[in-house]
Amino acid sequence: MTLHPILAALKKHKAGVTLITLQIALTLAIVCNAVFIIGQRVERVHRPTGIDEQNLFLIQQAYVGAPTGDDAASIEKLDAMQRSDLATLRGLPDVEAVAAINSLPLLQSSWTGGVGLKPDQQHSTEHAAYYFGDDQMLNTLGLQLVAGRNFTSSEISNRGFRGVGEPPMVIVTKALADKLFPKGDALGKTVYLDGLAIPSTIIGVVERMQIPAAGGWGDSFAWNSVLQPIRLDANYTRTAVRARPGRLDAAMREAREGLFNANPMRVLENQPDIGIGIMPFSEIRARAYRADIGMAVLMGVICLILLCVTAAGIVGLTSFWVGQRRKQIGIRRALGATRNDILRYFQTENLLIAGAGVVLGAILAVGLNLWMMKQFAMDRMSLLYVLVGIVVLMLLGQGAVFAPARRASRVSPVEATRSV
Amino acid sequence: MFGYYLDLALRSFKRNRVLTALMVLALGLGIGASITTLTVLKLLSGDPLPQKSARIFAPEIDPLTAASTTPAEKLFQRWGNLMTYTDAMNLLHARKAERQAVMALASSKVTPQTPGQHPFFSDGVVTTSDFFTMFDASFQYGSGWSAEDDENRAHVVVIAGFLNDKLFGGANSVGRILRVNDHDYRIVGVLKPWAPQPRFYAANLGGRGYGNGDALFMPLQAAIADKVNTQTVNCFDSDVDIDHLETAPCAWVSTWVELANASDANAYKTFLSNYVAQQISLGRLHHPEVALPNMMDFLAQQRVVPDDARMQTNLAFGFLLICVVNTVGLLLAKCLRRSREIGVRRALGATRAAVFTQFMVESGMVGIAGGVLGLVFAELGLWAIRQQPAEYASLAHLDVSMFIATFVIALIASLIAGLLPAWRACVVAPAPQLKSV
Repeated sequence: MTLHPILAALKKHKAGVTLITLQIALTLAIVCNAVFIIGQRVERVHRPTGIDEQNLFLIQQAYVGAPTGDDAASIEKLDAMQRSDLATLRGLPDVEAVAAINSLPLLQSSWTGGVGLKPDQQHSTEHAAYYFGDDQMLNTLGLQLVAGRNFTSSEISNRGFRGVGEPPMVIVTKALADKLFPKGDALGKTVYLDGLAIPSTIIGVVERMQIPAAGGWGDSFAWNSVLQPIRLDANYTRTAVRARPGRLDAAMREAREGLFNANPMRVLENQPDIGIGIMPFSEIRARAYRADIGMAVLMGVICLILLCVTAAGIVGLTSFWVGQRRKQIGIRRALGATRNDILRYFQTENLLIAGAGVVLGAILAVGLNLWMMKQFAMDRMSLLYVLVGIVVLMLLGQGAVFAPARRASRVSPVEATRSV
Repeated sequence: MFGYYLDLALRSFKRNRVLTALMVLALGLGIGASITTLTVLKLLSGDPLPQKSARIFAPEIDPLTAASTTPAEKLFQRWGNLMTYTDAMNLLHARKAERQAVMALASSKVTPQTPGQHPFFSDGVVTTSDFFTMFDASFQYGSGWSAEDDENRAHVVVIAGFLNDKLFGGANSVGRILRVNDHDYRIVGVLKPWAPQPRFYAANLGGRGYGNGDALFMPLQAAIADKVNTQTVNCFDSDVDIDHLETAPCAWVSTWVELANASDANAYKTFLSNYVAQQISLGRLHHPEVALPNMMDFLAQQRVVPDDARMQTNLAFGFLLICVVNTVGLLLAKCLRRSREIGVRRALGATRAAVFTQFMVESGMVGIAGGVLGLVFAELGLWAIRQQPAEYASLAHLDVSMFIATFVIALIASLIAGLLPAWRACVVAPAPQLKSV
């Protein structure tokens, strides 16, 4: 079949053809970019934190009427209170491991600083998040040690929340170790934290541990974590707890009761917005990523509706054209065209229109992406998204045109003889 | 004539029910999505104090060390009017503005005296005496504290109405003692509902941007004496003694000033430059740049409206554009099929203008119907947003202006969509159409 008659017919419907082409082009441009954004969000949300998230929960609480932590004696009093809480939790039947810790991945509450290779460095080599905790951190969080060793309990020191001092040894993530020592020999090396002249030896390297900030300014150093063998003492504490497999709910209940029984003078009512209460890690994850998930769902819904609207537009317009051309179709059938010929005519026509639409749409999609890179600091979109989008829209066009085209193919040759 | 056109339009809709439904549905979806995202955007980028925002300014200075290579403009984007306690107090005591206040956020522990009630945390602001008059926070009972109270580190507190309801059942609690962060504070005032949206003064202090407002307001100096933990502390030099934040090289308080007019603002900016120059000569500061944005410019600088919200609005309008293109296509196809009807009308004496008007009335009706449906979709969309855990979620409601905007957008969109088909209809030549009948 030659394209000539199709093109000639299309010329008679310039406005309609232009509109449907434009609609396909705009749809492609928006859907490609929206799916690209969805893809990015989904990828972010599924990044593993490096910790074993199942059966893990976090206790955040504040003491009432506790010492302020201004002097050595009151820091020791706070430390005794914290150690007593840790012992209470470790004694619970459904609890497997307990660690004092200042934050968790995705908790959005970070303590960050610079890591340097020389003492008194003006500009640190790498920015990193600090995790302060005891020797139970690694096993409570399920971190994978790839080199070196864990802290021993005798290496754990304690200091007030506002105290100063850097630890003699640290454990770092592999990502940070590789950036600081690209040869892969970080173990045993010395680093200097916060631009000071106090040396800290790297005694262990863990496979992976995300920083507490999920997104935004944290993205540039998302895997740079430094673990320090220091139990921080303040009248606000955080404790990570690993429940026995499948006993998460029970362990959380026991923890609440146990802590209140041991010392009722504390704030532990769930107020997650201000960081108080007991919450499973799954909730920390959900809270960190809820905006991303919301955005992905919204984009997905809009894409779906857009595709439906465009498909409906094609159905509507083609139906009209079929209605308008009944007589011509009748004549073609009377002159020997088969039903398949008619079907193929409308399908080819749609292929031409959709083809023009997707070419224009591909250009628009890339342009829109460039604009968004400028406006919203987006990444460059892979052309794969455009290619997949092109295929989807061509298929959508063919699918949408099928019903009206089949109706056209059923037009009886007798129509040719009717005057109207 | 208008009634007749309405009748004709209704007949035409009846003839193509599916198609009409499709047009209305597409337009409704596009309008619903646009109105939903616009409402959220409007909510997020609103003016927190409409009567006053033009007179409130944020003085910004660069406290970084001499070694710092961060451009001042970048620093202001990140820190805004955050500064060291020393600089803030110097600006406060200079009293060069009509009003001035220094503040920081501190989530504070409240221990109720009634037995059986557990202690809890509340959002708190530690600030100075001008805060309430400058930011138009009015009192239900009592009043704020005085500048002397600030200097004397008086343990007084102003509480929000909702906290007063929770603790004292809404009764006048002025003069009663509240235990905050394990210290006794005397209540001097209870605020009427006061919750500027966005919570502009918290934008760079590490607080939530929206929500039901703060519960506690305490004098800054008294709170420092009690070792308050503030939400954001940015230290920019080594040798930080974080235990003495008043003198530490850390930016952790923000300063706001009220200036009556532009010439006062210019004068204040000059004062600010002179102050920084003087501090540079003393060796305390090292960078001469200053800025004095007003409240709305400050909110833009701090990028308070999330990128996601702006992206969603753009997306929704892209969606509406496609829906309009779709409607144009369908209206056009529909009108071309009616060439014969138009021919008859023209032959019977209808002018081109009459045919044009007829088709515009028809698309206008599609628009109105789309607007009504769009309103339903917008309410649905806003309901969905209210179910989200975002901090501004509960504020997402359709107001009168957005209600009107819905119909204006719907009508404009449909009339634009109707232009081409109506024009095509009115240029139909009657004779050839009549011949074939």
